[in-house]
Amino acid sequence: MKWHVLRPLWVAIGLVGLILVSRQFLVPDDFGVHGRNFTYGYHRLSNIQEWKDFPVKYRGRESCVECHEENVIKLNASTHEPVECENCHGPSVNHPDDEEYLPLDTTRELCLRCHAWLEYPNSARGELVSIEDRRHKRRKECIECHNPHDPTEEVE
Amino acid sequence: MTCSRRDFLKNTVSGSVASVLPLSAFSFLSQAEASAALAETKVRWAFLVDTMKCVGCGLCVKACKNENEIPYDAAVTRTWVERYVVTKDGETHIDSPMGGRDGFIDDKIRDEEIDPEDIAKAFFVPKLCNQCENPACVQVCPVGATYQTNDGVVLIDRDWCIGCGYCIMACPYGVRFFHPEAKVADKCNFCYHRISQGMQPACVECCSFGARRIANLKDPDDPVANIIRTERVAVLKDEYGTKPHVFYLGLDASVR
Repeated sequence: MKWHVLRPLWVAIGLVGLILVSRQFLVPDDFGVHGRNFTYGYHRLSNIQEWKDFPVKYRGRESCVECHEENVIKLNASTHEPVECENCHGPSVNHPDDEEYLPLDTTRELCLRCHAWLEYPNSARGELVSIEDRRHKRRKECIECHNPHDPTEEVE
Repeated sequence: MTCSRRDFLKNTVSGSVASVLPLSAFSFLSQAEASAALAETKVRWAFLVDTMKCVGCGLCVKACKNENEIPYDAAVTRTWVERYVVTKDGETHIDSPMGGRDGFIDDKIRDEEIDPEDIAKAFFVPKLCNQCENPACVQVCPVGATYQTNDGVVLIDRDWCIGCGYCIMACPYGVRFFHPEAKVADKCNFCYHRISQGMQPACVECCSFGARRIANLKDPDDPVANIIRTERVAVLKDEYGTKPHVFYLGLDASVR
């Protein structure tokens, strides 16, 4: 007499075998414990290199100075020296190869990020030269009067 | 039970040989070999945030989103800036509209007008992934999609993540989120592509005030690491035992 329990048991064993065999093909060779231990280091090793190959977008003023030397020199001599070029001009990515023009932000809102007056005692914000947005030349863009590369210089 | 002298000697010799043989599989390693086997590196990335210097311009958030291809108008971000306004009645008002992406231009907090006379102190706190030494997010990942590299940064394998969201819930700092385009969990990785080739993270480079700095704790000459070693720094939610590696100068007790 056949024992009725055996048939599903064979199916279950077959499934486990199938999973173990397909695992050999599906799991990459470099998947395993790398680094500290199983808890923190169980991963696919080549993913580290994939993250290292992520494209850089902000290249810094060292890359700007190659072509725009006079602007960088002027900026570096001004009180805006700590402000990165790409904060206003946008990330250079592959400029000028891919994009000839960068998405320059000339809006009042950009300047107000630092220069909108907030009455906060003991905050570094209060030490910056600031305006009250509601009171100061409400309809004008800042760059109509102030040169961002040298804020002390007036634009005629 | 009987045992002849011959059998006794035979068993004794073969038994002792068999027990010693596996020991020969062990070998003594030199210091260099041992550290190579443990895959130790000369790098342990850490971060220093000076809350005294932050003015809340939010340019770090903007740079981070552009650099790391996080959808700009989605309400998710790898780093964000929180504004804390503590009034004289002891209440703390906190906001971070769009993660502080557009800076803090308005003095209203969540549509609430606060009289400047009532303000006891106000400050900005940038936040990002703490790259914990004991990352809770990594422990809970059921598929090995997130892990800690040997230089201390926690990364996410986008090909391997199944988007279950356990890690998003496990992180005590709330730095993880679901990437709306990649459809996987995502978080700050100190701009791993930048720091591994000697550049600064995008937020550090774009900070005009030196409020954000990156450090290599294993480098005895790293000036930022020396600040972390010698100055009085604090970490967020120390009580969780995650050993966070983002250190704060001037952290207020009201910061959560």
